[in-house]
Amino acid sequence: MATTVVMEALSPTMEEGRLVEWKQPEGAAVTTGDVLAEVETDKAVMELVARADGTLLKHLVPAGTTVPVADPVGIIGQPGEDITGLAGGAAPAAPAKSEPQEQAPTPSAPQPAAEASSTPSDGTAVTTATDRPKASPLARRMARDQGIDLSALAGSGPGGRIIKRDVEGAASQGVAPSAPVPAGGGFVDVPLTQMRKTIAKRLAESIGPVPTFYLTADIAMDRTWEAREALKALGPEGKVSFNDIILKATATALRQHPECNAWWQGDAIRQWHEVHLGMAVAIDEGLITPVIRNADQKTLREISAEARALSEKARARKLQPEEYTGATFSVSNLGNFGIDHFTAIINPPEAGILAIGGIAERPVVVDGTVTVQRRMLVTMSCDHRVIDGALGAAFLKTLRTVLENPLALVW
Amino acid sequence: MSNRFDVIVLGGGPAGYVCAIRAAQLGLSTAVIEKDKLGGVCVNIGCIPTKALLHSALVANTIAHDAKGLGIAVEGVSTDYGVAMKRSRRVSEQNSKGVGFLMKKHKVTVISGTGTLLPGKQVAVEDQVYTADKGIVIATGSRVKGIPPAGLNLDGKVIISSDEALFLEHAPASIAVVGAGAVGCEFADIFNAFGSAVTLIEALPRILPLEDAAASDVVAKSFKKRKIKSIAGAMVKNTEVREGGATLTIEAAGKTETVDVDVVLVAAGRAVNTEGIGLEAIGAELDDRGFIRVNLDTLETTAQGYYAIGDVAGPPMLAHKGSREGVVVAERLAGHTPHPIRYDNIPSVTYCHPEVASIGLTEEACAEQGLEYQAGLFPFSANGRARASNATDGFVKILRDTKYGEILGAHIVGADASEMIHELAVARENEFTVEEIDLAVHAHPTLSEAIAEAALDSLGRVMHT
Repeated sequence: MATTVVMEALSPTMEEGRLVEWKQPEGAAVTTGDVLAEVETDKAVMELVARADGTLLKHLVPAGTTVPVADPVGIIGQPGEDITGLAGGAAPAAPAKSEPQEQAPTPSAPQPAAEASSTPSDGTAVTTATDRPKASPLARRMARDQGIDLSALAGSGPGGRIIKRDVEGAASQGVAPSAPVPAGGGFVDVPLTQMRKTIAKRLAESIGPVPTFYLTADIAMDRTWEAREALKALGPEGKVSFNDIILKATATALRQHPECNAWWQGDAIRQWHEVHLGMAVAIDEGLITPVIRNADQKTLREISAEARALSEKARARKLQPEEYTGATFSVSNLGNFGIDHFTAIINPPEAGILAIGGIAERPVVVDGTVTVQRRMLVTMSCDHRVIDGALGAAFLKTLRTVLENPLALVW
Repeated sequence: MSNRFDVIVLGGGPAGYVCAIRAAQLGLSTAVIEKDKLGGVCVNIGCIPTKALLHSALVANTIAHDAKGLGIAVEGVSTDYGVAMKRSRRVSEQNSKGVGFLMKKHKVTVISGTGTLLPGKQVAVEDQVYTADKGIVIATGSRVKGIPPAGLNLDGKVIISSDEALFLEHAPASIAVVGAGAVGCEFADIFNAFGSAVTLIEALPRILPLEDAAASDVVAKSFKKRKIKSIAGAMVKNTEVREGGATLTIEAAGKTETVDVDVVLVAAGRAVNTEGIGLEAIGAELDDRGFIRVNLDTLETTAQGYYAIGDVAGPPMLAHKGSREGVVVAERLAGHTPHPIRYDNIPSVTYCHPEVASIGLTEEACAEQGLEYQAGLFPFSANGRARASNATDGFVKILRDTKYGEILGAHIVGADASEMIHELAVARENEFTVEEIDLAVHAHPTLSEAIAEAALDSLGRVMHT
């Protein structure tokens, strides 16, 4: 009699596990205790072992699938055994002409097994990361162009083939764009690991909907000061603000740290391919954050001109909605207001914002000697669900390197 | 014989008999009621006999116009419509008998007589009442009708329809064909080849008005070369019938002219056979165009358990559309869930010479709908096989959606266009794009290479022009 392999609770708090990799192929002979698969839990990657002797007749879920604890993932039995009752209609091993026979009850209910294997559009259970979905060439091309994940669609063509109609339906119902999108498509959605889900849940419970922590860096601005002075020599055209340089440096650093150029999406982290930089501007009624699009691809001169234009428009309250939405990261600068250090509040779904203090001459110790340098305190607010401490620190290190060596901006 | 079946089909034409075969294949006990000959209009007085006559016409034209240049001297050539007609009758009879054989082979009961629908999934034929357990399928088809507003009342002698044209012993000295759709163009081609002076009259601005304009042009030129007189955008205002002939008064481009002919063939307008079959009794409604109202997914009429397929169920009035509807209804009655019919992917063919075959949208329709498309065109004059076969008239045109490469429509004019269109039917049904057409290696030298070239042309990289 066949035995169902179920997702076991491999840690006390585990509610679901992601089947990372099958260690035994279908058809492999297994004995009790053999490792069948690797499962990622909320804590670690652990092993799922066989609880019966026989042949691993079927993988009920493909690798990469997240399965609730106690739900079936495979079947162990004898070669040729009829497992249609356990595996739903999908069992290839079942001989077509087998006599109808009563399904013996199994330790775990067979019904969920049939459901898990026969309703791939269920959403929670099966997402085929490895299987190529059946789709017409036209549907494939449309999905690729529109960033629709074919494996998330149910096909209505012959044999469940995904056809044009299905993609059009998905597009009109707003099925989430897929990952990964080809270059130029805008972003990549990174599926949440069990650990990241737990981090997100626990931290949100602790501190509020956006669990924020703060990182501060004290940056030497002498070379940036000199660079700005040097640009002034070019005449009125070369007049740029420190803020312009900081924006450019931030965009450059974000380019190297896409993990920080991201949105929290609830079920995924969306890492954007382009940097759209929000820039907090104080206006009479409060503040607004116009957006410099594709800031990472623009020159300092372009950013300077755009920042000035956007600020003027903001103060005149003439910003269009598309000019103050869609930022992937933001910068708030109170240096002009005589502030040395502050923390800024994250603008969700963005995951980070920089709070820029004023540049001031301060005594610092260099090589055992007290000297005077122009210093600036930069504090980054990080959404801990997206950016962990080390990630934020690495980003700040890059930003510091760029600002302390501004020639990097043209590298 | 039991009077109880799972499925009863009313009408043994291409929709009804195919439905019956499919139902029987699926294990349903099935009966077909037919008042005339099995095979319906298609086999007996439509598709099949006209193709037999068109083959005669093609051979006659080849001998008359091409033989000498091909190195074959033929002298003393004459044509005899009566002989060609009799041959076409034999072809029809063979096919009709073939349908009878198929009914026997699939164990479908054939009931001869006129059926009348009754409530409770019953049909009366003479004094017998037959009951269907699963469903009754109405497939009573359509028939020719005249154009009474233009004075074109069919009399079977001077004002005739295809029903009579198919049984003429001699080709008339002169004939006017009213209506230049598929039927009109085919008869114009036939009678021209058999020596009649042919005038082809069409109300819409061009012959084959439903086809792509470029296709109409090629056929119009070919007809002109053969001295078929085509008058498009013409209304028949009056018809005067006399012994052995008629005078048509037609108005075209603001001018009135008269056409004197021996025979007028009315090749426009068909009436569906919905009268006197008991539709009111069962509660099946007609739509505002006179077709039986059906649910387009299930083909069920407004009377539960009664289905309609083929011409009575709505356009296009084509045998292959009816056959497919028959298959779908049979599968549904057997408890299957057949794939819905893609009514936008039914090929349309006119078998005059050169042949015209099309599927999907015309270029005019693409433009009207504001679609972003790129037309790919390849003329047979640039195709080696076509040159070798002396068949350089025509072209392949493929309309490609600019964004995704979808084949929005395809149009073939030329020899064997009717056979070639199915490459594009398969492509469209499977949602292949023009790239897949090109990727499939086409044998050389063939006419079908023109399809691959048209696909390439739509991508801006045609090779042989």
